[in-house]
Amino acid sequence: MDPLDIARWQFGITTVYHFWLVPLTLGLGPVVAVMQTLYLRTGNPRYLRMAKFWGKLYLINFILGVATGIVQEFQFGMAWSQYSRFVGDVFGAPLAMEGLLAFFFESTFLGLWIFGWTKLPKRIHLACLWLAVGGSLVSAYFIIVANSWMQHPVGITYSHGRPVLNNIWAVLGNNTALNAYSHTLMGALAVGAAFLVGIAWYHLWRRRKDGIDTIGADKRVIPGSSTTIPGRDVVDHGVWLSSLRIGAVIGIVAFAGVAYTGDAQAKLMFQQQPMKMAAAEAACSTGTSFSVLSFGDVGSSNCKNVVGVVEIPGLLSFLANGNFTTTVKGVDQLVPEYQAKYGTFLPKNSIYGARSGEAINYVPVMAVTYWGFRLMILFGALAAFACVVALWLTRRGTVPSSVWIMRLAILGILAPFAANSAGWIFTEMGRQPFVVAPNPTPGGVDGVFMFTAAAVSPGVTAAEMLFSLIALTLVYGGLMVVEVRLLVKYIRGGTVSAMPELGQPPHDDGAPSPDRGDVLSFAY
Amino acid sequence: MDVLPTIWFFAIGVLWIGYLVLEGFDLGVGMHMIFSAKNETQRRVMLNTIGPVWDGNEVWLLTAGAATFAAFPFWYASLFSTLYVPLTLALLGLIFRAVAIEYRGKGTTARWTRNWDIALGWGSLVVAFCVGAMLALTTTGLPLDANGDRVGGPFVWLNGYAVLGGLALVGFCLVHGAAFLALKTEGDIRIRMGRFMTRWAPVALLPLIAWVLIVQFRGGKLITLIPIALAVVALVWGWLNARHGREKRAFAGLAVFLALGALALFGSVYPVVLPSTLNHAWNLTIGNASSGSYTLVVMSVVTAFGLPLVIAYQAWTYWVFRKRIGESDIPAVHHIEPATLPAIKK
Ligand code: HDD
Ligand code: HEM
Ligand code: HEM
Repeated sequence: MDPLDIARWQFGITTVYHFWLVPLTLGLGPVVAVMQTLYLRTGNPRYLRMAKFWGKLYLINFILGVATGIVQEFQFGMAWSQYSRFVGDVFGAPLAMEGLLAFFFESTFLGLWIFGWTKLPKRIHLACLWLAVGGSLVSAYFIIVANSWMQHPVGITYSHGRPVLNNIWAVLGNNTALNAYSHTLMGALAVGAAFLVGIAWYHLWRRRKDGIDTIGADKRVIPGSSTTIPGRDVVDHGVWLSSLRIGAVIGIVAFAGVAYTGDAQAKLMFQQQPMKMAAAEAACSTGTSFSVLSFGDVGSSNCKNVVGVVEIPGLLSFLANGNFTTTVKGVDQLVPEYQAKYGTFLPKNSIYGARSGEAINYVPVMAVTYWGFRLMILFGALAAFACVVALWLTRRGTVPSSVWIMRLAILGILAPFAANSAGWIFTEMGRQPFVVAPNPTPGGVDGVFMFTAAAVSPGVTAAEMLFSLIALTLVYGGLMVVEVRLLVKYIRGGTVSAMPELGQPPHDDGAPSPDRGDVLSFAY
Repeated sequence: MDVLPTIWFFAIGVLWIGYLVLEGFDLGVGMHMIFSAKNETQRRVMLNTIGPVWDGNEVWLLTAGAATFAAFPFWYASLFSTLYVPLTLALLGLIFRAVAIEYRGKGTTARWTRNWDIALGWGSLVVAFCVGAMLALTTTGLPLDANGDRVGGPFVWLNGYAVLGGLALVGFCLVHGAAFLALKTEGDIRIRMGRFMTRWAPVALLPLIAWVLIVQFRGGKLITLIPIALAVVALVWGWLNARHGREKRAFAGLAVFLALGALALFGSVYPVVLPSTLNHAWNLTIGNASSGSYTLVVMSVVTAFGLPLVIAYQAWTYWVFRKRIGESDIPAVHHIEPATLPAIKK
């Protein structure tokens, strides 16, 4: 196998994995912070329990995000050294800013939050959580800035064969970045929302099944209290009902946000990377129709046998330009344009390794872009629809007793994760064969681009890469099993799993005994 | 000339020193959890001393790496790609360690905790060794061609210097971790770790001293003898204090020793950032490996604002968690049961 393919598989696998953990961190963090704020404001024990329970799950997930993020940071130098040399002047800066201005906040203040429950004054303790969550949001911004620069290089001049930064504000304010950032954040909120809804659903269902909550004559719920199960009191019902309804509302809002920002992104993409959008639409020839379903071999990267089955006239044009009549360039027309601008063959140069002199294929794998785009929207829409249904079904204060709907709600947690992965795979693979895409647009710098084939580390052997690919994949796979098991265990334990004091005979609201008051509260 | 790259060379030195001084002790604590702790409670005491701070310490490594990428992309690219194998091992070690710290207390079977202890202890050891090897090779050189790529197979880097550097960091972490535990605990651990520090420091720190001296002889300057001399003074002072049970001073002495030793290393190799062992003309230097001056100015502004802030709030964290902990502080293990009716639970 050739090192390039292995390096691409490795990058793809490790990033997509990282981005299963990241959206949950980003989506759940603000929710936990809001819960704790509400607790401080109102003193209502329901919010304390919510903050503790969701906070525990947040931490179990967070740590894997940290562990896999480190791999991402090192991988550029290890596997993509030629890329790092080429873009270093621009690309390293947002990564370093991410470390200095975001990761330090995130990790330091999260440590203070975890261990500081009894140690810090309540307000400062809450501020620590907000700072940690804010750190995550800032880190996401910087990394998206770096990524968007690869989609749309700005703020540079070209000298000695390399892009040289000359305007950091252009890089930080890159329109692609601002859009992608809001789109990604909304996508992350959708993940957090489905997580809240699914798990809260399970607990409400469990309470009914165990006979704790009953349905009154007016069909409304009568929350009960169990004497045998620790933590299953009346407050517990409120914990899950609030979580579910808050989650459902977030899910609906997030989808609206995703659709709005996604539309803006599509418009940018038509200008900046016309080939990516043409491939996403399997738009082989120039026109205005949006294909809802195309038949034939969209994966062939050649348009001969793609037949639109359901097409909506004008919609593609609307996505791209905001009107229904302007035609949008198709693959057939774009390929010669790209060839004229960026060449027909890879240059004969040792940095292209075995690929030097090969013909360049400018059409990304269409099956991936076409279906990636549709699956992203489909899964997101499904999750949002589920949230609407959830709000309706829980209008009388609890969930239906059906075990199947409960299972669907749990399964539904996966939908926004899938939408996020599909979105990234579409974005990243749609950029191929470039790792830094040329931008024939006002604002972008057209001369600056890099073929993925030139980006890989020349000195690293295929064997080494295969070793790390296999090792990382195995370790990641194993850790996923462990994480999911731990999450399930804590989820089934309910709020008691995060608040042992609830299982004990009533005590003065969990305050530490005086002799230990000044020692840290233990987490491990 | 080359004022900005010089500043950045030493800024990266500062980030590495921050990393080694801080994560140095938590890697050491990880190793002591499997090598020195006598029972489960002692392991939990040890883990809780670093619990609130270890992740913040690790970010120093990430930032050192990212700052190298930003300020010296050619150094970053050549070093990381050449050391592909040891860095992969270091990454695996970092992954296992991080996950172990968070997860070991979340299960209650003996097998669960023992497995995570192995991941934590050996993970820490592998990280210390690989990072030490990498830093040593940065100062002694790698077989790089004109483009900065490796000439030779996946293991050409494995030489005496790599092993020396690896041992140097493992040894330092063990001693530093012991000094930290003596400072942060009470009872049996405190006594034994204090003894470990006085007994083993003279042996365990030898590889580090040897590395600094070798680099000094290979190309050091007269001026780098000053930090070396001061480092020795700090070490002796720290060690004498350790013998008298003054744990704060012992810990401080070690930290200063490390910082000055690293300063001597960085000073000795300057202005070369990564020597090529094949041809000196192919050395990466602060001149030919750095980013443009605009990028460096931007980074300088960000760092001038960000780094003091980081130091301030991290210092505050250590102050918040300044109390010693002992075995009697550790609460009972919390068993997690599904919240369902016992009949259904089975
Ligand atoms: C949109 C958001 C986003 C994206 C696209 C990425 N990450 Fe990430 N990353 C985060 C959002 C995030 C986060 C939410 O901030 C995490 C997740 C869990 C955590 O601890 O922080 C994180 C953790 C995290 C860490 C560990 C930080 C620590 O120790 O606290 C590193 C080093 C990276 N990431 C680096 C990367 C790199 C190099 C990426 C590009 C390939 C990347 N991340 C993609
Ligand atoms: C700042 C953030 C990111 C940067 C800098 C980045 C950069 C890269 C690079 C250098 C490659 C390898 C070259 C290639 O094969 O195209 C790549 C590929 C890829 N990335 Fe990203 N990426 C980022 C974020 C993400 C995220 C968050 C995901 C999804 C979770 C992702 C998914 C992928 C995939 C699936 C590939 C493989 C594409 C292929 O091989 O064709 N990327 N990206
Ligand atoms: C109406 C719905 C949506 C539209 C029109 C839309 C549009 C887009 C477009 C055009 C891109 C590619 C951007 C580029 O390559 O430059 C994209 C990427 C992406 N989408 Fe969506 N999207 C929608 C729904 C969703 C949903 C529901 C999610 C997740 C829950 C999601 C998550 C993502 C992610 C993570 C990316 C990659 C990162 C990025 O470029 O922002 N999208 N989306």
